[in-house]
Amino acid sequence: MSQILSGPVPKRHYSVGYGLAVFFLFLVLLAVLLPAYLSHYDPLNADPLNAMLPSSWQHWLGTDQLGRDVLTRIIYGSRYSLLISLASMAVAVSIGSMLGLLAGLAKGPLDEFISRAVDVISAFPDLLLALMLIAFTGPGTTNLIFALGVASIPRFTRVVRAQTFLVMSSGYVEQAKTFGLTRRVLIWRHVLPHAVAHVPALATLGLGTAIIGTAGLSFLGMGPQPPTAEWGLMLAEGRNYLRNAWWIAVWPGVAITLTVISVNTLGRYWQAAFEGKQP
Amino acid sequence: MSVESTFTSQPRPKAGHSPLSALGGRIVRRIFSGALVLWAAVTLSFISVYLAPGDIVSLLIGEQVRTPEIEAAIRAEWGLDKPLYLQYLHYLWRILHGDFGRSYLLNTDVSALILNQLWPTLKLTALALVVSLVFAVVMAVATAHRRWGRRVAGSLELLLASTPSFWLGIVLLSVFSFTLRWFPVAGDRSFSSLVLPALSLGLAQGAVVAQVLRRGLEDALDEPFALTLRAWGVDNLTVRLRHALRHAALPAVTLTGWLIGGLLSGAVITEQVFGRPGLGKITVDAVLGKDLPVVLAVAIFSAFVYVVMSTLVDILYLLIDPRLRGGDDLTETPS
Repeated sequence: MSQILSGPVPKRHYSVGYGLAVFFLFLVLLAVLLPAYLSHYDPLNADPLNAMLPSSWQHWLGTDQLGRDVLTRIIYGSRYSLLISLASMAVAVSIGSMLGLLAGLAKGPLDEFISRAVDVISAFPDLLLALMLIAFTGPGTTNLIFALGVASIPRFTRVVRAQTFLVMSSGYVEQAKTFGLTRRVLIWRHVLPHAVAHVPALATLGLGTAIIGTAGLSFLGMGPQPPTAEWGLMLAEGRNYLRNAWWIAVWPGVAITLTVISVNTLGRYWQAAFEGKQP
Repeated sequence: MSVESTFTSQPRPKAGHSPLSALGGRIVRRIFSGALVLWAAVTLSFISVYLAPGDIVSLLIGEQVRTPEIEAAIRAEWGLDKPLYLQYLHYLWRILHGDFGRSYLLNTDVSALILNQLWPTLKLTALALVVSLVFAVVMAVATAHRRWGRRVAGSLELLLASTPSFWLGIVLLSVFSFTLRWFPVAGDRSFSSLVLPALSLGLAQGAVVAQVLRRGLEDALDEPFALTLRAWGVDNLTVRLRHALRHAALPAVTLTGWLIGGLLSGAVITEQVFGRPGLGKITVDAVLGKDLPVVLAVAIFSAFVYVVMSTLVDILYLLIDPRLRGGDDLTETPS
């Protein structure tokens, strides 16, 4: 890519928001990898004597209806919420980009078929498509990943297909053809990297949506089942105790929102940086 | 011949191929492609029932107890003793007549069930749509090209767009229903029970629309025509509301499909948060009870709403912006 750029690359300014986002995601990563180092409570062990306590020095964010520490459950819950969203994005990115590349390279009837199929999938609203798939497969973590992943395939297919068209008709590919490169080398070494160039930024922004989707579906009871600590599930359980203990439902939502804001900030920043603009 | 085409040296429209008939042709083509997508969606639902593991009777019956009478009823309804292509044609015919079959779990007619539950969901999504559009227009018009205004608004919009709508609903409930007691906690009795659900559903969508609208508005305000209007002494608000907003609205219109999908999806969860009756409630109950006829019907119905609305918007787009009438379909060409 660098040889195409002419002139000096403008110096990038990292904003405070960017720094905060990176810092928060670092904390989330710590929570995913080493939850036991961040909290000495057990996320699943009920302690009815300490149920529904407001925040204190012992329990920073209070305790839930069974006396479990809310902060601890948020820390342990990050693993489910994040890994489900990441896995579903991985499904969407790999299948979506492959279909897009295939459509862009094949043109003709195959392209027409893939594009129409993608149109049909995106005619169903995301969440309803995921619910439909779960109705067939039943609730559960794996099925949730699959359902969310399939629902976000279309946008990757569309972007990669359009980008493949653009790259295939560009001057450098034409020149590479005159060098007598085989189709395989041409596609793998010269077309593919540029065709999927937009995907990382798109996937980061998609991850934000996927985190909300994961939480939403497990809020409805379609994902991990109680007593698992998962952010959407915690919200659903806390919904019933709003009158007496608002913190049970509110804090997991804060965790979701902060994570999504951080991911979106990063995604936008990368997108802007990729397009050569200052964010 | 209008002034515009003489100046822009476009090829004259050929005789017998007037711009109006081209417009009509494009509208017909758009409607046709929408119908094609719907047909494929219905076919997809048919195929998925047949490809799913397990036999069809136990798939459709959900968690209902299996009796010979119910099994016979399903066999008769789906024509399981006939060849596959007849079953398919029969299915298409039924859906075309708005007959989505029976829910064996609830022992009711699915179409009647959906029609019964449609009104509360329609009220909710319509009010949420109003909330999101009003929010977007107010935010965009008030803060476009204003340094501090757009900074504050930008942060607020990022916050709202990143907030799960159901969590916003829980916070609103906790503040306005449980603490301040301004609004009812659950149910669907009066207009006041609709306010919080519509806010929590509409604001997140409105935030994204506001961002697109403001970008469009700022571009429009940089155009020479905005400067000319200012020079004429037209006041700022009029320039923004009456002149620039029209230009800004066009890119925002492309979000309609996304907006409708988001509202339909969000309504499912919002109804659950606020304990409201509606399509979302029956969908969640149907998924958890494996009541497949209801799930398929809701999915096809929402695809129908989505396709009809986006087709209407595309046609509206053609009518608003004459530049799109000629040439190729903008949304189809890779660029």
